Amino acid sequence: MTTTIIWTIAIITVLGTVLAVVLFLVAKKFKVEEDPRIDEVEKVMPGANCGGCGFAGCRAFAQSCVEASDLDKNFCPVGGNDVMKKVAAVLGLEVKEKAPMVAVVRCNGTCENRPRVNDYDGVSSCKVKAALYSGDTGCFYGCLGCGDCVSACQFGALSMDPVTGLPVVDEEKCTACGACVKACPKRIIELRNKGPKNRRVFVSCVNMEKGAVARKSCKSACIGCGKCAKVCPFGAITVEHNVAYIDFNKCKLCKKCVAECPTGAIHAVNFPVVKPVMKEEA
Amino acid sequence: MKNTFSIGGVHPNDSKISADCAIEVLPAPKTVYISMAQHLGGPAKAIVAPGDKVKTGQVIGEPTAFISAYVHSSVSGTVKSVGLRKDLAGIPVIHVEIDVEGDEWMEGIDTSDRLVTEIPQDKSFIIDRIKNNGVVGLGGATFPTNVKLCPPPDKKAEVLILNGAECEPYLTSDYRIMLEKSEQIVIGAALMKKVLGVERTVIGIEENKPKAIEAMKKAVSSLKAVSGDYSGIEVMTLKKKYPQGGEKQLIDAVMHRQVRSMGLPIDVGAVVQNVATSLAVYDAVQKNRPIVDNTVTVTGDCFSRQSNLLVRVGTPVSYIIDYLGGVPEKAVKVVSGGPMMGKAIANLDAATLKGTSSVLFLTEEQTKRKPQSNCIRCGKCADACPMGLEPFLLNKLAKNGMMDELEANAVQDCIECGCCLYSCPANIPLLDVIRLAKGDVIRIIRSRTAPKK
Amino acid sequence: MDKLLVSPSPHIHSRTSTSSLMLDVVIALMPVTIVSVLFYGWPEILVLCVSIVSCVALEYLITRFMLKKKPAVSDFSAVVTGILLALNLPSTTPWWVVFIGAVIAIGVVKMTFGGLGQNLFNPAIAGRVFLLLSFPTYMTNWASTGGFIKATDAVSGSTLLGILKEEGINAVAGTDYLNMLFLNTGGSAGELSAIAVIIGFIYLLARKVIKPYITLSILVTVFVFAGIFWLVNPTEYADPLFHLLTGGILLGSVFMATDYVTSPMSNLGGIIFGIGIGVITMVIRLFGAYPEGVSFAILIMNMTVPLINRFCHQKKYGRA
Repeated sequence: MTTTIIWTIAIITVLGTVLAVVLFLVAKKFKVEEDPRIDEVEKVMPGANCGGCGFAGCRAFAQSCVEASDLDKNFCPVGGNDVMKKVAAVLGLEVKEKAPMVAVVRCNGTCENRPRVNDYDGVSSCKVKAALYSGDTGCFYGCLGCGDCVSACQFGALSMDPVTGLPVVDEEKCTACGACVKACPKRIIELRNKGPKNRRVFVSCVNMEKGAVARKSCKSACIGCGKCAKVCPFGAITVEHNVAYIDFNKCKLCKKCVAECPTGAIHAVNFPVVKPVMKEEA
Repeated sequence: MKNTFSIGGVHPNDSKISADCAIEVLPAPKTVYISMAQHLGGPAKAIVAPGDKVKTGQVIGEPTAFISAYVHSSVSGTVKSVGLRKDLAGIPVIHVEIDVEGDEWMEGIDTSDRLVTEIPQDKSFIIDRIKNNGVVGLGGATFPTNVKLCPPPDKKAEVLILNGAECEPYLTSDYRIMLEKSEQIVIGAALMKKVLGVERTVIGIEENKPKAIEAMKKAVSSLKAVSGDYSGIEVMTLKKKYPQGGEKQLIDAVMHRQVRSMGLPIDVGAVVQNVATSLAVYDAVQKNRPIVDNTVTVTGDCFSRQSNLLVRVGTPVSYIIDYLGGVPEKAVKVVSGGPMMGKAIANLDAATLKGTSSVLFLTEEQTKRKPQSNCIRCGKCADACPMGLEPFLLNKLAKNGMMDELEANAVQDCIECGCCLYSCPANIPLLDVIRLAKGDVIRIIRSRTAPKK
Repeated sequence: MDKLLVSPSPHIHSRTSTSSLMLDVVIALMPVTIVSVLFYGWPEILVLCVSIVSCVALEYLITRFMLKKKPAVSDFSAVVTGILLALNLPSTTPWWVVFIGAVIAIGVVKMTFGGLGQNLFNPAIAGRVFLLLSFPTYMTNWASTGGFIKATDAVSGSTLLGILKEEGINAVAGTDYLNMLFLNTGGSAGELSAIAVIIGFIYLLARKVIKPYITLSILVTVFVFAGIFWLVNPTEYADPLFHLLTGGILLGSVFMATDYVTSPMSNLGGIIFGIGIGVITMVIRLFGAYPEGVSFAILIMNMTVPLINRFCHQKKYGRA
């Protein structure tokens, strides 16, 4: 009995020692040399692995930062400037401050503005729908309403509004990672400057059809009339392919274009509510 | 034993309710809208401007790429506009709008009914005629015929297969032309046979069309007596099973050979053409007549005026429907093509194309998808798949975005025949998801092989 | 019609649905059910009712209140489980034991995995095996206490396989096979009348609900396996026909092994699965502690299904 126990203990001990030595040698031999700074950079990352930076995950991003000579090309949209400053501190590099961005849905084709002409009966996916036909309304360019962007968002910042049938961005939660931009087959969602006090002016339409056709399919379509471009004192608005676009770097938020737009396609958000001035001729 | 393909297949009710309606000529509408994207490949470039006078059969669109085709005016009249217009799916495409004035044909087109049976001996003459008259495959894919008839020099065609299976339920346009234009189809086959230099030509017809089989057999034997150019043409009866008329399935049924994954029929020595294409080839070569019209079946269980119409290309669908008494009350869906692979029409004002073979009305009961339930792993989709794929597996892999696994399980071989979704007892939208995954995987494969070229 | 319906192809759908398939299974089970009701009388009807009602009710309540989904009891899958469970229990089983069986079958084996289509094991078999291990006395008393018809030599409480295991080959010598084909002595429903099961099998095949590969490969394996031993030593081992006609092999191979969810999808996979079940059944019958092993064999092979599915695929077009 005692001998059995002793033998067992002895064998296990010898076996353990031998294996430990083997493991030690193997670990030494196959050790991957890695810059220790990658770990340090990874520690300051948000750790969401969302891929918004264009890399496979936070670690891949960290590796690229360590290898890069400057941080101009690397930016973590989720962590924003704060994280990038920390990364720069770890690596001893300079970082340019970037303005915070937010996802903006550029379609105002609510159920009211854009009457439905077709019913869809198939798997609920914008991608499938886009490959099949123009969508349920007369507008080929507008939101398809199946919520591919909502399922692409890892931060729960997007949701479908059941009344309008359009996705809504929660600005607090949106990290501007750009996953929704990639998911939208109609390229409606755009990352735009968050703007001072979150105030933004943008054209909420991407319809490239001629004015009359666009107007026919959606009351609130941009008809490419160019009035906004004429009225803009900063030259921020360009009209191309029958649709206006506001350059957010040039826009000074004067809102002149908003008043000028005949279809209400230009939206201004987060401005303080002014007392509504009743216009008789409107 | 009747010839058929070896894997899978389904047996939907064939519903050929318009089979006995002879082809009627539909009067030309006041305005036609001729799309510049009526074929696979690069869209044609419009070469007319508003105000131009055009004649029937005049070229109005020129090919822009190797895989592209000429587009001809289907009417005579004045070009009103050239611009974006919504097609059947509601997607804006360049159309030429022509106001119809009379019906004056281009010089050099033989519009008589005289049957021309002599086969020209000059291959390049035949090919040029086919190309210049804008002939494309009318079986569904609208692939330019002249390209298909010129296989790469290292590959040799052995058999020309004429597809008269018409395995899709409801469709009868091919059936009607096989009955009414049998000789022309056989002559077209002989022309293509000449170009390809093949000995054997098989006209495959499903067993549910005995009259067509008989008519085609008669035409073949009478033409064989005329000249030696018609030797080697035979009619083969095929089993009624969907998708018998799928290119790969037809090759399997006729030649007992299978095209390898991502390969082309020519790899196994086969060239497959639809019977309607063969008719178009006859018109193009023997009559110098471009595709200006095609046979369209207008049918549906809820529709009273079953018809097979000869329609000018570019006729608005709504015009055809109004001519036959309007959309039936119970119809909820209008399909262009068959119920298995056809496309639902989103815009009835859109114009027909060369490849539009039918306008099919379906009721809510027939077509509305039932609520989806759990997969019970019955394997019916895998039994039905004529490519031997496992749709249940592909569906799961696609939902999880597992591209490597999808490729390993041959999603790229999917022919989108719809058998899986047709047979699924749980109503899972298998094909919707698989079709998308197939596109993604094919893109990955192409991007991987591209740099090697 | 004001709006056109648009959907990806195909635009038509076969009439087969989950509920129509399950209903076909219920219809196929009818001959066996009727035979067992005739043989065992009112107690069997009670067992059937308790089993079906508790299976359906449990499925409904669990989906509705625990999974918070829309219940799908109209697909008849719970009814099938209920009938199969009842057919595997003696008519003398107390109602609460039947209920426990239903709880295990539906509550534990089926719903914890997410309901129909998700479960790894066949619910009815798992329920039966649980009861067999927990309440062996109730589960082996096959005496008929009030049948509507009298079988030739009924009323004995144990099955032929039980007698074979306990008393050896001589005790079952002279069994009339023709008699077994139509109306056997004691035993589960499948044992009662082989013909009734075969009628159900033919119906399922004719309606294309199942493919024959699994069933036939089980039966052939059992026949071959038993045949080898019988040829080697007929004085110790029973002949292959005896093994085919006794026990749950017929019922199990037609109705339980072919359960869609817990069997392989491909034909080749089905054959491998069937051979596995046949071999395990015979090993248990000949060398194991239990007289019958079909249930255990099916449960064990259920576990291998994901693996079989991984390696056995349909033959693909254009690929060698």
